[in-house]
Amino acid sequence: MNAALLVFPGSNCDRDARVALTRACGHPPRDIWHTECSIPNDIDFILVPGGFTHGDYLRPGAMAARAPVTRALVAHAARGTAILGICNGFQILTECGLLPGALIRNTGIKFVARDVHLKVERTDTMFTRAYRESAIIRMPVAHMDGNYFADNRTLSKLNDDGRIAFRYTSDPHAADWVTSAILANPNGSIDDIAGIYNEQMNVLGLMPHPERACERITGSTDGAHLFTSLIEHLS
Amino acid sequence: MKAEDISSDQRHLTPDSITSHGLNKEEYLALLSSLGREPTLTELGIFSVMWSEHCSYKSSRVWLKKLPTTGMAVVQGPGENAGAVDIGDGMCAVFKMESHNHPSFIEPYQGAATGVGGILRDVFTMGARPVALLNSLRFGEATHKKTRHLVGGVVAGIGGYGNCIGVPTVGGEVGFDASYNGNILVNAMCVGIADIDSLFFSAASGIGNPVVYVGSKTGRDGIHGATMASAEFDSKSEEKRPTVQVGDPFTEKLLLEACLELMSEDAIVAIQDMGAAGLTSSAVEMASKGGVGIELDLDQIPQRETGMNAYEIMLSESQERMLMVIKPEREAFARAIFDKWGIDFEVVGKITNTGCITVRHKGDVEANIPLSPLGDNAPSYERTLIMPEPACKISGTEAFESSDIAETLIQMIGSSALSSRRWIWEQYDHTIMGDTIARPGGDAALVRIHQTDRALALTCDVTPRYCAADPYQGGAQAVAECWRNLCAVGAEPLAITDCLNFGNPERAEIMGQFAATIEGMAEACTVLNFPVVSGNVSLYNETAGQAIQPTPTIGGVGLVDDVNAAATISFKNTGDKLVLIGPHGHHLDQSIYLQIIHGRAEGACPPIDLACELRTGQFVREIIRAKIVNAVHDISDGGLLVAITEMALAGGIGAQLRVSENDFVRKLFGEDQARYVVSARDGEVSELLSRARTNDIEVHLLGETGGDSLKLEGCHPISLMSLQIAHESWFPELMKS
Repeated sequence: MNAALLVFPGSNCDRDARVALTRACGHPPRDIWHTECSIPNDIDFILVPGGFTHGDYLRPGAMAARAPVTRALVAHAARGTAILGICNGFQILTECGLLPGALIRNTGIKFVARDVHLKVERTDTMFTRAYRESAIIRMPVAHMDGNYFADNRTLSKLNDDGRIAFRYTSDPHAADWVTSAILANPNGSIDDIAGIYNEQMNVLGLMPHPERACERITGSTDGAHLFTSLIEHLS
Repeated sequence: MKAEDISSDQRHLTPDSITSHGLNKEEYLALLSSLGREPTLTELGIFSVMWSEHCSYKSSRVWLKKLPTTGMAVVQGPGENAGAVDIGDGMCAVFKMESHNHPSFIEPYQGAATGVGGILRDVFTMGARPVALLNSLRFGEATHKKTRHLVGGVVAGIGGYGNCIGVPTVGGEVGFDASYNGNILVNAMCVGIADIDSLFFSAASGIGNPVVYVGSKTGRDGIHGATMASAEFDSKSEEKRPTVQVGDPFTEKLLLEACLELMSEDAIVAIQDMGAAGLTSSAVEMASKGGVGIELDLDQIPQRETGMNAYEIMLSESQERMLMVIKPEREAFARAIFDKWGIDFEVVGKITNTGCITVRHKGDVEANIPLSPLGDNAPSYERTLIMPEPACKISGTEAFESSDIAETLIQMIGSSALSSRRWIWEQYDHTIMGDTIARPGGDAALVRIHQTDRALALTCDVTPRYCAADPYQGGAQAVAECWRNLCAVGAEPLAITDCLNFGNPERAEIMGQFAATIEGMAEACTVLNFPVVSGNVSLYNETAGQAIQPTPTIGGVGLVDDVNAAATISFKNTGDKLVLIGPHGHHLDQSIYLQIIHGRAEGACPPIDLACELRTGQFVREIIRAKIVNAVHDISDGGLLVAITEMALAGGIGAQLRVSENDFVRKLFGEDQARYVVSARDGEVSELLSRARTNDIEVHLLGETGGDSLKLEGCHPISLMSLQIAHESWFPELMKS
């Protein structure tokens, strides 16, 4: 896998993504600064990391979506390059039109940082082939604006096309008294949507952080399979 | 310089303008004699902020010298932007804690946010990458009309800044008490990691070297913030809102990356962040420390408002700014880095040999002051003090009966003092940077040293009600509890930073509290070999004559050699044995039990036996390292049963306990110090007991883990579900009401 990592002013999960990609691929990704007008053709995977690009001023992802490098990203997407947007990266992907819908303020009007459980909706995509079928996985979320919203038509199209990647769900192993107190859906996303694909299934955006779930000692290894899936697909 | 060279547009100074600058008559006379003439308004402003309590430590300096500041691990003690301790492999942990109390009371979101921003800058100014944030918060009573608003704003502000800049907030503590109704405390701690031989310091050198300003543009915000932080509040304090600065964490993130990038090259001679008293204090400190002079040309200062005068530019506390002295031949190189990050970079002056700070603006000299009276020879007072009398002990034989332990425990665990703080820490990104091993909610957070198997253990602690009862013992207890929390995760405690929050030092009894607290802290630091490497003093925390409880917050840093061998509080298995390390509890004075169940906030601070603390903590570290125990929790607020409840809830596993009925309540809820609860597999217990004998440590078998309730012999079982509900609901209920 020949990975690239986009870095914007205010990206702050780029180091975590770099560590996770290096661990998965054996070599570090190529960093691409936001002012670059092109992304090399030999790149076959582009990660748009989380953070507060441009301070989230205006709207999360709105300014990064208009950066020169984002135009190059859109061009790569059209050629079928695998693209993953995490958290603020997901927001950038919706803002630049690669993914439908929008990520609005969490229903609690508060930043939310905790582990969530996700149902892997399908395991036949380039991002999820290494997961067991209908697996329930755990990884952290950390965001203020992760409440996915789309109009009914978009929503039914996403559902019909099998483009929901992950949905928030409750912890299947915890006792009822533990889970009853905690809402499975941390931000009010419509239909519990945590991540979606584009029509061509080569662009994935999700709010949870797979790059923070690659080591047992930090809480979970469930995110690592996402990178393994891509490596399998691209080799 | 002759008087006529000084700016002509100065207004004539009136006695009013002198007192409104916080200077008393003696101080103004000292100013006149050091200057040899009347000051300009700008000069008066400079003296005013440099001689404020906040910048000069004029009431506390003589006492702070009593704290031990050296030790094997100390790389940098107090006096720089932050302290540093050796953590092996040529690296050091750089850390400091600072208060932002007054601004947070006036404008909670921005006050708390800029507190975080300031402490982050203190750490990365030293050349360290910040890896963790913690905070210690005190609010008024939960029922007070402002509390909910202040809690919401402060927590959102801390989160807003830390989350955006991308440094995990991994721990902290919060308390509620009526003494903070008019003066909340927001103490923020930052920890960074640097290579020992690439630390950066603030002493300027090299006559003629350029002085460079980087960061946000200067505006009129925060003018006189340091003076505000050095006065009592009154009913008009909210009119001081314009003195609160506004934070921009996005700019700070860019500033952080640009500074660290430049620091990896050989270009910086000295660097200092612009915190309290802005450009004034950073310029004065850099030049004073280097024994040189400094000349500033204010026309070159990046400004975001038009028409600012010299006074305003020198005193602005606009955030996210740094002052650097760089090697002249590296100027273009340095500028290119800041251009790339989109951050202002301007040469605003030069280092001189005059021993003075000289400020020019629009062709006039606005200030020309010898540095020595501003820095090293600023006023320092040995204020009158009355040493406090420790509160009397409630009769040791007073019998306490609890007919219903279940109800008592549920009431305690669901109280403002002991309820879960999840509502707070779920608003802080605590997993970013990928090295958070132990998240908030345990005894100490664990942050792995990037790409190693070692970790820093971090905690903030203080028990103000103990300090109010007995400042000396309370000061010692704060240090001891911090030390104990580090031991409880298996870390070797290295050093502390402190944030000393007190009332008005011009009152003899407050100064006495301060002095006694320092003495207590100093003794604990000495015995536990736990030196102070950085810190901050916040005085005048009182409103309309009502002072806060003395609150010496202690931030501790420890080192874990093998992160896989660290301990956490959660029960791991069913059938493990529970062991009390230390004697059974007895001391109910000043306990949470007495406060919550009997409505009595009275009695003496629990006695602190530092030798016993040391022995017990070393023993606990030994059994953690030897992997004999699989869960460890120190016993503090609420006593033994609360500690066990927290362990059970964290692991989702209950316990059966056998505690003899003699003095049952005192055993369950006593807050005697130097004690821990551990769990161990059945097969390890004999080893644990034999090591305890060898080390002369008292231990008691308490029962075993299992089930979904806490069962005490002779009492109704208490379901974990009911405990969980009580524990988790208090905070959300408070914030919803």
